[in-house]
Parts: sequence; C-alpha cells; structure tokens
Amino acid sequence: MAAVVSAAPLRRHRPIGRRLVHGLLIGVALGFLLLFLLLPLAAVFVEALRKGLGTYVAAIVHPEALAAIELTLLVAVIAVPLNTVFGVAAAWAMTHFDFRGKALLGALIDLPFSVSPVVSGLIYVLLFGAQGWFGPWLQAHDIKLIFAVPGLVLATIFVTLPFVARELIPLMQAQGSDEEEAARVLGASGWQIFFRVTLPNIRWALLYGVLLCNARAMGEFGAVSVVSGHIRGLTNTLPLHVEILYNDYNYAGAFAVASLLALLALVTLCLKTFLEWRYGSELAARAPRGH
Amino acid sequence: MSISLRRTLLGSLLWLAAAATGVHAADVSLLNVSYDPTRELYKDVSAAFSAQWKKDKGDTVTVNASHGGSGKQARSVIDGLEADVVTLALAYDIDAIADKGLIKPDWQQRLPHNATPYTSTIVFLVRKGNPKGIKDWNDLIKPGVEVITPNPKTSGGARWNYLAAWGYALKQPGGNDAKAKEFVAALFKNVPVLDTGARGSTTTFVQRGIGDVLLAWENEALLARQELGQDQFEIVVPSISILAEPPVAVVDKVVDKRGSRAVAEAYLKFLYTPEAQDIAGKHYYRPYDEKAATKYAAAFPKVATFTIAEQFGGWKQAQATHFADGGVFDQLGVGK
Repeated sequence: MAAVVSAAPLRRHRPIGRRLVHGLLIGVALGFLLLFLLLPLAAVFVEALRKGLGTYVAAIVHPEALAAIELTLLVAVIAVPLNTVFGVAAAWAMTHFDFRGKALLGALIDLPFSVSPVVSGLIYVLLFGAQGWFGPWLQAHDIKLIFAVPGLVLATIFVTLPFVARELIPLMQAQGSDEEEAARVLGASGWQIFFRVTLPNIRWALLYGVLLCNARAMGEFGAVSVVSGHIRGLTNTLPLHVEILYNDYNYAGAFAVASLLALLALVTLCLKTFLEWRYGSELAARAPRGH
Repeated sequence: MSISLRRTLLGSLLWLAAAATGVHAADVSLLNVSYDPTRELYKDVSAAFSAQWKKDKGDTVTVNASHGGSGKQARSVIDGLEADVVTLALAYDIDAIADKGLIKPDWQQRLPHNATPYTSTIVFLVRKGNPKGIKDWNDLIKPGVEVITPNPKTSGGARWNYLAAWGYALKQPGGNDAKAKEFVAALFKNVPVLDTGARGSTTTFVQRGIGDVLLAWENEALLARQELGQDQFEIVVPSISILAEPPVAVVDKVVDKRGSRAVAEAYLKFLYTPEAQDIAGKHYYRPYDEKAATKYAAAFPKVATFTIAEQFGGWKQAQATHFADGGVFDQLGVGK
C-alpha cells in the first residue's frame, strides 16, 4: 500500500526530457508502421476499388483469376501438410536424439531461408528441366515436372520447408523429454507418446508454424516464377497473376487480385496475434518452468 | 465456402488425374509461347482462330499463352516448356531452340516472308512536350538524359533497340564499328534500369515514371499511348531505325509428341490471312497484307529503316558478335 502511494508522486516528477523521449520513440515506431505497412496495404484496397466494385468482382471471377486461386490453393494443400510432417519429424529428431550430422541437419533446414527464391526455382530447372540432369529420363517417360503443377509444388515445398521445424525446435528443446520419458516408463507406445504427450505440448506452436508456412506458400513469387512457364490459366499462381495483370495495363485487376493476397496476410496476422495473445506462454519456449 | 472449396479441390484433383493420364475430351489445346508485348495481339488472334477452326472442323481449340522477354521464353522452351508454336521477337531466339533439335533447321523457309507475319520498328516514347528535346539517336547519349530499354540478354526488343542504335551510328559520316561501339556504350551509360522484357520497361517508364525516353517497339509505344493517355506521352520517330522482323515457328518435337501438328500449322498459317492481318494492324503491328496495310497506314509514322540482313549479315552473326557471352555488349560493361 505504501509503495503505491509513494509511486504516484514519483511518476509525476519524472523528468520532462524522458517523457519526450518516450513520446518520440512511440511516435517514430507508429509513424514507421503507418508509412511502410498500413499505407501500402490501404493503397492496395483503394487501387483495387478505384474503378468500382463491379470491376473488382469481375477481376476476381475472371476464369484466369479463378484458375490462379485454384492452383494456389492446390499447391498450398500439397506443400503445407508435407512440410508439417517433415517439420515435426525434423524437430523431433533434432531435439530428442544425438546423432552425427545434427548440426548439418540444422543448417540444412535453414538453407531455404538463406538462398534467394530465384535460385531455389532455378535448381529445379537445372535438375528436372529438359536440359537438366534428369531431363532426358523424365522426357523419355513423359513426366512433366517443370513448367507444370508438380514443379510449382516442388519449388513451394523448398521455400517453405523451414517454417514448421524452426517454430518447433526451440519449444521442444525447452520442454525437454521428461514427460515423454515418464510416459514411456508408464508403458506408453511410441505413437501413444506422440499423440498424447508430444502433440498436445506443441500444438499451438505447430499451428503457428503451419500458419506462417501457408502464408509463404500462397504468397511465394520468385521461386514459382522460375518454374511456372507463365501459361495463363494453367500455371499461374496468384502472385504471378498479379504481375501479369499489372503488365497487361490492367491495374485495377492487378490490385483486386493483390487484395486477395493482402487479405490472406491480414487473416494470417490476426490468427498469429490471437495465438500469441492466447497461448503466448506455450509458444515462447516454456523456459522458466523448472529451472 | 467449404463446399465450394472442396469442389475446387476435387476439380483440381480430377484435373491433375486427367493431366497425368492424358485423357482429354475431343477439345484441342495449343500453347503459344510468345514475347512480351504481344499479349493483346495474340489474345485477339487466338479467339479469331478458335472461331474459325470451330466453324471449319467442329473442334474447340483453346490457345494458351505465355508471354515474357523473348530470350527468356526461348530458354524456357529449351528447358522443357511444351510450346506447340513459338512467336518470338527475333529469328535468333528460334534458331537457339532449333539448335537443340526441337525445331527443324529450315523453319524460316516454311512460311512466307521468312516466317514473319508482320513487322515493326523501334521508336522513342517521350513525356508530354518532350522536355529533353529528344529528336534522334544522338540525343540519347547527352548527359542527363535517362534512357529506358530492357536487357538485350533477355529481351528481343532490347536487341532490336541496340542494333538500331548501332546501325544509326554506322550510317553517320565517318561511321565505323569502333565509333558505333563508343556510341552504344555512351547510350547504355544513360540507362538507369534494365528490365527483362519490353513490357517491364514500358511499365517502368509510364507507370513508375522513371526515365526521359523509352526505346520501344512501335506497337508497344502506340499501345502505351492509347492505354495510358494520348496527352501524357509523345512518340518521336528517329531519322533512321531498324526493320524489326518477329518470326514464328511450329515446335516440331512438341507437336509430333502431342499430335497437334495440324492445328499448330493451321494457327501459324492463319496469321497470314486477311482477318489476322487486320487484327495485327489494329494492334499497331505493320501487316504485310495490302488491304490491312492501307487501312491502318495512318497509324504508322514514316520511318526509314534498314534490315538486319543488310546491316549485320543476319541474326546468327549479330548474336554471335554482339550478344553472346563475352560479345560486344558484355564488353560495354553495362551495369558495372
């Protein structure tokens, strides 16, 4: 009680210079956000609706736009679950076992973060393109990877590979394997341990990783641009379709389709914020507990 | 939402299955891999061709399109993009595909006018009132003039730009290769950004507002002016320019594999019909057909032109001298 009373006069006497600095810092941060995040975001929607709602809707229900939406969803539906399974497996291996090359595995998981997306696309062309290593074999067996849907999926898997694993590794490291060992001592099988102990412990971080993975899978431009072939209505994902419309002088259409991607980003952001707010303690590797 | 999403996914899976097994309806599809500024042209040409084919044969032809810098597009076809026909910015890019065995070497003899259904040339697009007073090629090397052109390594239009400038310098009194090289080097010193394709350069110039003059295909300059405001840009016709000949070819290996040769050849032949020639003229490409040429004559400025054959000994030689790795363009040190 006494502390509360004495704190109030203290705050009133805080030097004016410090309050100025506080205000200035908050102002700069907010201004920066406004200028670099909110303004462009608002511009997308303003430009999209510039020629009216009719043009907006027409751009989105255009067959080529619908095909792009369909393809984007298809690519994400394949790439995200695969990377989720891989992410969980890799995080498990990294945190529960000691093995030769563990550091190498960690570095490899991060590789897609450090490689330019254009290079990520190019390696698949070099591997599976008609002049690539496996090109002649693929052609002989009439298998089309590059400039077709499988190529887009491959490139997307590559660039989104680290998201789930990177989210899980620190958490699982902090959690340790005490609970799992306890379950094993009590006679639980491997799958039982995974579904009853591990999964509940990591579920929110997993969801968070899947969310980020999905956002990137749907928004990726560089890598898919290289392997797409840009065939309208067939191999254009949403981001590629935006570029095409923009270059067709169809600015309202380009921004209309871009607004879909912006909406995706906003939904992702909201879900992410919600997860952080609701399950923050479980997301931030529960380090303090038991130490 | 969930139902429509499910239907979408189901549709995708069925489509994938169909694509994987090669089961298609009686419908025929073609892929036309083209250069950057022809988006609007081939959209109209393909629609007209499909209507014609439907009337004649009863089959539905869908012509899919891919557009980009000509050199980049040729690279994609070489890397396995299954184009039934290529309609590129210049002969060398089709030669490059032919060199890999995808197209027979005699492709330029298979259709009239060296397999070139229409021509174009290179002109300048400047901002309203021509504030930098740009009248001819020699104005482009003045200090303080920013020139926008795509990258000759990836774009066909850019290679025409480059050779047009080179040809101009050669034709000046006392002009020779050394002086031409100096001139083109000075020109590229004034280029702040190299896009990969012609359309990219156009949006850089008109939409992003960068540069004082855009070196552009005549069709691209006329289209940009029409799309983005007659009152914002002016076209400047130089004293001399190059006759740009963008050719077309059937990709033999692909059509034989897909069984699409008949329709692919018909598509390219269709480009020479009065109907398609009229569409070309409408989109500011110079048609060969006399009726279409007369009809659209007013749209085209009078330009004195030289051809690549007479000035550079054909595309193979021009490519080897100027644009191959370590060629003259590389020696200019652009972007370094």
